[in-house]
Amino acid sequence: MTIESIPVESTLSDVGNLGGTTKVNRADYLLGLLSLRGELPSELGRLQERRDRAFSLVHDRAIPTTRDEEWRFTDLSDLLRLQFQTRLPSEIGFPQLEDFLLPESTNSRLVFVDGVFAPALSAVDDLPDGVLVGNLVAGAELVPALPAYLANQPGGDEVFTALNTASFTDGAIAWVPKNSVVEAPIHLLFVSTTEALSHPRCLVVAQAGSCVTLIEEYVSLSEGRYFTNSVTEIYVEENAEVRHTRVQRDSVSAFHIGKTAVSQARDSRYTCTAVSLGAKLARHHLEIYQTGEQTDTTLNGLTLVDGDRVGDTHSLIALSQPYGTANQVNKTVVRDRAHAVFNGKVWVPKAAQMTNAAQLSRNLLLSPKARVDTKPQLEITADNVKCAHGATVSQLEDDEVFYLQSRGIPADQARKLLTYAFAIDVIDRISVSSLRDTLTRLIRVQTS
Amino acid sequence: MSDVILSVQDLTAEVDGNPILKGFNLEIKAGEIHAIMGPNGSGKSTFSKILAGHPAYTVTGGEIVFLGQNLLELEPDDRAKSGVFLAFQYPLEIPGVSNVDFLRVSYNAKRKHEGLEELDAFDFDEVVQSKVTLLKMDPSFLSRSVNEGFSGGEKKRNEILQMALLEPRLGILDEIDSGLDIDALKVVAGSVNALKKPENATLIITHYQRLLNYILPDVIHVMADGRILMSGDKDLALELEAKGYDWVLEGEAVGA
Ligand SMILES: Nc1ncnc2c1ncn2[C@@H]1O[C@H](COP(=O)(O)OP(=O)(O)O)[C@@H](O)[C@H]1O
Ligand SMILES: [Mg+2]
Repeated sequence: MTIESIPVESTLSDVGNLGGTTKVNRADYLLGLLSLRGELPSELGRLQERRDRAFSLVHDRAIPTTRDEEWRFTDLSDLLRLQFQTRLPSEIGFPQLEDFLLPESTNSRLVFVDGVFAPALSAVDDLPDGVLVGNLVAGAELVPALPAYLANQPGGDEVFTALNTASFTDGAIAWVPKNSVVEAPIHLLFVSTTEALSHPRCLVVAQAGSCVTLIEEYVSLSEGRYFTNSVTEIYVEENAEVRHTRVQRDSVSAFHIGKTAVSQARDSRYTCTAVSLGAKLARHHLEIYQTGEQTDTTLNGLTLVDGDRVGDTHSLIALSQPYGTANQVNKTVVRDRAHAVFNGKVWVPKAAQMTNAAQLSRNLLLSPKARVDTKPQLEITADNVKCAHGATVSQLEDDEVFYLQSRGIPADQARKLLTYAFAIDVIDRISVSSLRDTLTRLIRVQTS
Repeated sequence: MSDVILSVQDLTAEVDGNPILKGFNLEIKAGEIHAIMGPNGSGKSTFSKILAGHPAYTVTGGEIVFLGQNLLELEPDDRAKSGVFLAFQYPLEIPGVSNVDFLRVSYNAKRKHEGLEELDAFDFDEVVQSKVTLLKMDPSFLSRSVNEGFSGGEKKRNEILQMALLEPRLGILDEIDSGLDIDALKVVAGSVNALKKPENATLIITHYQRLLNYILPDVIHVMADGRILMSGDKDLALELEAKGYDWVLEGEAVGA
């Protein structure tokens, strides 16, 4: 599928009040996106009912407006200026991927081009017995239990999640059986080459006692105005561990709305490091659903935005059992007229006694016109818990700049050093060294 | 060429509209060690931060000449590069900036200014390790964030480490002895003495006489209420210790 942009002038007269919130246009636009959906692969036939349900859900909805509480700070009006068509995916080869391949994942890599699985660019080999990494349709045959997982997380009614469920064709599956330890990080690489609409879908199931490292990465070969609407579902079963790094390096003209939904069973451990560097508008829904006691959840987020770009993280940690631990740090660096949004919900109901949860939102504004909206939202009804949260919005400290200057470091270099330090702390938590090095380089460039 | 390193004349300065320095005079020559003593709140730290170029302080009159140039015209980083170094009374913590990276960037800024080639991480490590050993510091200081979680004494030693790397023409040590136990004090004093060269000068700011047993000043000044009230040799420190500052302040009142 590809996109065509409508010159803004003519669009305005054709479709009416684009910047506004006219319901009918937003509904029509969403219908237009829905009409471009692919066929559900026949191998996934058992999911047809779920697919139809998502279809009718989207059918009756509209692209959200800023009057919608969940979208109060993030205006999707600019998305409505883009129109998409069905088109064949581009042919690309290894030379174009050179910058993106990770040596640690030479034999554990899936590549998708404009949303379409590219077997020739993917490589899966030498994985432990029973581990399945491949295109979703392969999973359908090999894993009969698939319907228990795919499109089965809470929160599936959210409009973009449902749009993905109604539309996806290809996607990644990583199935890690009981007690299996996958040493090689699994690299899911989504490459955009053109102004396309795509609905990447990932399903990760880490069965009891297993351990897997996942890198989900969105990159671009062009400066195109594409729209990526991704959904990743992760199931971390009893005493299993998933270390997840999500990297969004889209074109600065692109739109990216992504969902990560995670279910955590008893004694499981989940770590997510989400790094958002690109896109004109990026929104990440990160949702953790606890299904058993004593889970451990660590969420690290970093968003860098400049120009007039928007970077938005909406997270939910929904606890429901005792003895859970959750630690979340979300950082943003905002320049120029850019806008960062963080909304972090933490639910600690009565049943979640002895929970230990901490959330910190730290935001660095580097220009007078830069803007951040940060909203921690803790709903705690359990009484025997430890919950902490904090939010800071700051400029660089004059005293810090002066201290560095007093050691001979020029003011602008001092500011860069301090900004870099603020951001790099999130990158340092990534365990895959080649990815960490690449991101360190990117952060260095973006903070200089 | 004169051997005057620093010459301060009739300096007046304020912060947020409050006058703090009220006609301050000082001259320091190459090879000399000067000490400024005086009660809390007399403006000693203010003077030192004005030398370093802290933006919170406004100079309202007078002049500061450093090595023949008007110091007040220079940005803080240019002052540092031309050889002014202030060891702060309260060194700042900078979370996230690794101490060794900070030291290297600072060291290289100086080298660049002097037309020397910058050192890479590997070569710099050799330079810094030798200084760390000299100062009897725990090498793990290097990998930690600048001053973050350091004890008072560790912070002071980190300041001296920076001074040892930057080899300034004028080192200003603001209360470098406060918070140091006697062993640390000896190490710090030893390295200040080791850095002494005929072409350099040192200004020690303290309100304890103790430090002056280890670093022998050529001239001692007593400061109060934004001015130098009295100057003398090292015996003045002993007299102050015995009689207290009131003795100088009273003398001033009578003389005025
Ligand atoms: N940044 C500042 N803002 C407001 N007042 C200040 C500031 N710095 C110093 N002062 C005031 O200036 C006076 C001198 O302080 P300081 O220079 O720290 O003295 P000393 O170092 O001799 O103890 C004090 O009254 C202090 O409160
Ligand atoms: Mg002081």
